[in-house]
Amino acid sequence: MPDAPAVITVADVQHLAGLSRIALSAEEVEHLAGELTQIVESVRRVQQVVTPDVPATSHPLPLEGAPRPDVVGLVLTQEQVLSGAPAARDGRFVVPAILGEEQ
Amino acid sequence: MATDVLMGFDEALERYEPVLGFEVHVELSTATKMFSSAPNPAAAGAESAQPNTMVAPVDMGLPGALPVVNAQAVRYSISLGLALGCSIAPSSRFARKNYFYPDLGKNYQISQFDEPIAFEGSVEVELEDGSQLTVPIERAHMEEDAGKLTHVGGATGRIQGADHSLVDYNRAGVPLVEIVTKPIYGAEHRAPEIAKAYVATIRDIVRSLGISEARMERGNLRCDANVSLRPRGQQALGTRTETKNVNSLRSVERAVRYEIQRQAAILAAGGSITQETRHWHEDTGTTSAGRPKSDADDYRYFPEPDLLPVRPAPELIEELRAALPESPAVFRRRLQADYGFSDSEFRDIVNAGVLAELQETIAEGAAPAQARKWWLGEILRIANARGVDAGSLVSPLHVSELIALTENGDLTDRLARQVLEHVVAGEGSPEHVVAARGLKVVSDDTALIAAIDAALAGQPDVLQKIRDGKVQAAGAVIGAVMKAMRGQADAARVRELVLERASA
Repeated sequence: MPDAPAVITVADVQHLAGLSRIALSAEEVEHLAGELTQIVESVRRVQQVVTPDVPATSHPLPLEGAPRPDVVGLVLTQEQVLSGAPAARDGRFVVPAILGEEQ
Repeated sequence: MATDVLMGFDEALERYEPVLGFEVHVELSTATKMFSSAPNPAAAGAESAQPNTMVAPVDMGLPGALPVVNAQAVRYSISLGLALGCSIAPSSRFARKNYFYPDLGKNYQISQFDEPIAFEGSVEVELEDGSQLTVPIERAHMEEDAGKLTHVGGATGRIQGADHSLVDYNRAGVPLVEIVTKPIYGAEHRAPEIAKAYVATIRDIVRSLGISEARMERGNLRCDANVSLRPRGQQALGTRTETKNVNSLRSVERAVRYEIQRQAAILAAGGSITQETRHWHEDTGTTSAGRPKSDADDYRYFPEPDLLPVRPAPELIEELRAALPESPAVFRRRLQADYGFSDSEFRDIVNAGVLAELQETIAEGAAPAQARKWWLGEILRIANARGVDAGSLVSPLHVSELIALTENGDLTDRLARQVLEHVVAGEGSPEHVVAARGLKVVSDDTALIAAIDAALAGQPDVLQKIRDGKVQAAGAVIGAVMKAMRGQADAARVRELVLERASA
């Protein structure tokens, strides 16, 4: 709906912050809601001048990916992989128990 | 765990119409991962590796590491899409599926969302009585697998009760194709059978394409089964549940049956179905509630900015189309003729889910009749007793080795069954077991003759009877010799030698 007014509410920002695991203060939420509304509004205005014969695009250039041959290359050692781990055991990362589940 | 109330299957089907849907994840057996050049643990013939030793910076999501698409994985995906009768998108793109869970280091999975590489196809599924059913395919898209979590501290290794988890990123980035069906109507009382047959067909297709190891027990092929019920005569679909990670053909069948019976009981009691994922428990044959649909399912997909669209050349698509193997149904008919099996003999093999195993066993040099005898006999018996798929017990190579050992007289049938038990227990190849446990038939005549002479000396009356021409009396001596040899002798040869020594 390109003509609907674009508003990012405080609730939207809180929802997104929760999904992104970002802690925000009430002032920050307020501030971001205003900023994001402005950004979305700007995009909406651009969309208004787009005619139906302009295809949507996710990349500005009509390039296609250059694939890689299926040949084994760089591999890290277990030591390298775990070098940044706050905790490791039995060659694996130790993470807090997550009360979710695999996606 | 609370016990679910179940309605009888027939009654459930009388009152409700089941609607099915499947998401099957196939790990591709490329040499390297989807977006990095680290070795793929699901590669053809890959051995199990130490944790976190098949990992590149991209798989870890290290800052600055950029994904590059594996050309072979794209080819495999196109071949699979074509085999599923799908159209191949002239341009498809990757998307980020954002979620926080430690099985991926990046906090997102690279998948495909609005532009999958393959869409709109169908698969012919053959049921146990030989009839055919068309399963409509919605899409097949490329993505990366996630790492493996081990939950520690809980009593059962399940998530509940764990106090921490261990993460191995070897599997992170393994190329996956996810095949999504459209809703499958009209399955009726055959819903569980159709579920099993569909997954078996996908397994056969990816095996015939040679694009996946397709071992369900290793997670190369994983099925999420969606089941919903609607009262007879109702148009709108019922609320569905998604049973995750059902890892054998047998379990797919059982899980669908269970969900139909469980949901029917809830609906009949005036309750409503919660839209949720459910976990299948192999040990109890039940499902339990996982996670309800919630905020966490807001994945905020957006186009992956680190990757350009995939635009396969039309020539490549045509080349792959021309190279497609015959469909599993056609292929089966040809195999049946090659192996000289009757319709019912062949159907038994297919229905037992051991066709691929049988085929590989024969390719390793075994006679078709022998291969059939072992897979449908002793191996299937053990598999059924343990409630697992026969193919997970023993490799076709080992079965062909076992058959060769019986054919050349090293093992009697009885000894071979013993050897099989040890092979299944993980003691190594049949040759290894025979050597390590000394189970070979004693074909050394000197040893046999010594045992025979001892037995004859101990039973002079029998010796006399044999000399008097009462050949059947030899049975007692043969028995004694076989016992002395702990069964490791060829009874026919012992008999020959007994008669020879008695008349000496």
